[in-house]
Amino acid sequence: MTVALEIKNVSHNFGKFTALDDVSLNINSGDFTVLLGLNGAGKTTLYSLITRLYNNNSGTIKIYGFDVRENPVNALKNIGVVFQQPTLDLDLSVKENLQYHSSLHGISSEEANKRIDNEIGRIKLDEKIKSKVRSLSGGQRRRVEIARSLLHKPKLLLLDEPTVGLDIGSRQMILDHVKSLCKKNNLAVLWATHLIDEIDKGEKVIVIHKGSVIESGDVSKIVKKTKTKNIRDAFNKLVGI
Amino acid sequence: MELIIFARCFKGIVLREALRFIHQKERFFSALVRPLVWLGIFAAGFRSVLGVAIIPPYETYIPYEVYIAPGLIAMIQLFNGMQSSLSMVYDREMGSMKTMLVSPIPRWFLLISKLLAGVFVSILQVYAFLLIASIWDIIPPISGYFTILPALIVSGLMLGSLGMFLSSAIKQLENFAGVMNFVIFPMFFASSALYPLWKIEETSEWLYYVCFYNPFTYAVESIRFSLYSQVNIEYTIGILVFTLIFLFLSILGYDPARGNLQKKGGK
Repeated sequence: MTVALEIKNVSHNFGKFTALDDVSLNINSGDFTVLLGLNGAGKTTLYSLITRLYNNNSGTIKIYGFDVRENPVNALKNIGVVFQQPTLDLDLSVKENLQYHSSLHGISSEEANKRIDNEIGRIKLDEKIKSKVRSLSGGQRRRVEIARSLLHKPKLLLLDEPTVGLDIGSRQMILDHVKSLCKKNNLAVLWATHLIDEIDKGEKVIVIHKGSVIESGDVSKIVKKTKTKNIRDAFNKLVGI
Repeated sequence: MELIIFARCFKGIVLREALRFIHQKERFFSALVRPLVWLGIFAAGFRSVLGVAIIPPYETYIPYEVYIAPGLIAMIQLFNGMQSSLSMVYDREMGSMKTMLVSPIPRWFLLISKLLAGVFVSILQVYAFLLIASIWDIIPPISGYFTILPALIVSGLMLGSLGMFLSSAIKQLENFAGVMNFVIFPMFFASSALYPLWKIEETSEWLYYVCFYNPFTYAVESIRFSLYSQVNIEYTIGILVFTLIFLFLSILGYDPARGNLQKKGGK
């Protein structure tokens, strides 16, 4: 099994505040992995380091073997990202937003249009392709962002709290969509959330708390180890709430 | 990385800026109204108060409107540069800046492309201004409409990269308003945009030096000379040096290893 993301001994500080403390984790291709932590646990900082928005001053981050710091071009090529904050340009149409993203990855217009039609079809928003993003609902915008993150055919998909603020229907639709992408395309997915009900049995979970990884493994292993009934209780016990 | 990939990326960034500009018609309108108000009201009032001697590149006595036109052109670029960096602070707060910064294409190239896209928009505004300014008899030689272009590109880059550097150093949108007051107004007023440097020297020597070393003066004078198809070596070297300094600082500001981004945390 290929290692999609390998993080070793990464720490990060903002002044005196330690946002991440000696974090190490591995994600394999085809794995759907949940990064579970409360708000402020360090999930977004970790994503910022993986995507090289911040520089990692300690430890190493490798994406399919490419070090993010030493070989950012090859490392970033393999990543698709959905950030916690909405990042679509509201005044542009869905298609214009997706074309812009394609150009940032050097994809030709012809190829980009093919891929856009394909991805938009997959999220069933064909009729909205010419609409301004401003006119889309929160759930639709998120689906467009997921479609956008896949345009350059990444092998690792990072999603930072992608369902926050969405209704139950939209949340489930997005979750199902990403999980099916993971299975069908052998995509490695790192899904950051604080919503425990997004975790299914058998999935791999990494629990992050106050900047440290305090537990990792599949759901049953964590439940067994913490001597609890379910992942919710296990998480509550681990973070002390 | 192949050259064609850089070309596609550049095209995409410029196209996005152009589309945003087209969609925001009020931005174009306000960018034009501002210098026209100065030209139509301020210059009309001051033409009788201020006498402008014959100074290069002018070969004859000129009305005050003609004198301040290059300053107003630079003003369009100053506002445009600050506005696009304001949109970068907004984009960063809102997150859309991140989509650009996580592209595998080298960051310096992304930032310069973004700057040039802003310059392109400011040049459109400048030519629209020049068209309307002809009503006030501000009509440079025909060649001036072409020779002004390189000066506009360099001055647009200089002012845009200054704005970009500021945007990397500013944490929140609210702080940017303060910077506008501390950057735009002092830069504009303490320059040769509204009055020639010799006139300022007559009034106050220290103010003259402030104006003389103000990067905006170099933008104004480069535009002024180029509008009359002339080159002033001193100002040309000056504007190129300032452009390189601000470009370097803005790229450094957005460098993940050394820049201001990661000092902020969270954003």
